[in-house]
Amino acid sequence: MAKGILIRSKASGGVTLVRSSMKHKMETGQRKNKKTGKKIPAHFIQVAKFEHNGKVVFTANLGPAVSKNPYVSFKFKGGNKGDTIKVSWVDNKGKSASGEDKIR
Amino acid sequence: MKRRLFLKGTLAGGAIAVAASAGLLIPRTVMAAWPKSAFEAKNIKDALNAIGGTSTATSSGKIKINAPEIAEVSAEVRITVDADMDNIDSISIIVEKNPSPLAAHFELGSGALGYVSTRVKMAKTSNVMAVIKAGGKLYSAKKEVKVTVGGCGG
Repeated sequence: MAKGILIRSKASGGVTLVRSSMKHKMETGQRKNKKTGKKIPAHFIQVAKFEHNGKVVFTANLGPAVSKNPYVSFKFKGGNKGDTIKVSWVDNKGKSASGEDKIR
Repeated sequence: MKRRLFLKGTLAGGAIAVAASAGLLIPRTVMAAWPKSAFEAKNIKDALNAIGGTSTATSSGKIKINAPEIAEVSAEVRITVDADMDNIDSISIIVEKNPSPLAAHFELGSGALGYVSTRVKMAKTSNVMAVIKAGGKLYSAKKEVKVTVGGCGG
């Protein structure tokens, strides 16, 4: 489990609910450094891909208006207890991280 | 074609290609096409055009937006979209009065249902729009969220 990524999935009645949060400052690029008056450059997650047993089920394209430590939740049909749900993100500076968990 | 934009685009593309070939972008599947022009659009019309190739979105009662009437913390406004529709390609969340209205654009793979929940920042009181792309058409719903400054009602 990668640091800073929380992902929990629960299957019930044939539908899996996935909830995740990814640690990231999500800097908008519009804030100014109070001391220097210079704009703080934008730094935010752009794409977070969710895979169910290796197959992409959901792709979140995020802009800088998404809150700090983005929370994303979605549902999909299918999915059984013990299946793997994985999330991988990449930000606008090319940094990336991933985390996974089993469906409960 | 705006020459300046085009040049910028090629430069950015070049930088990504260099980074990719250097093996810096490991999970390569993650590097899907982030819809840059949609996120950089300064008005809703341009954002919709970039997402769906049309700026006409039909209002639909099948889309429900769950958001607070009054947001006390404007940096974290929980928005949930629940749509009772089939064959949805994507769900977009638009905050009308933000400097760049498009906040998030979710692409649904096979099996994914018309549901998404996330948190967004809001510059001021504004309509929040959920736009769904299904069968090549856009459908939308709106809800106003009041943003209080200083947390004293308003």
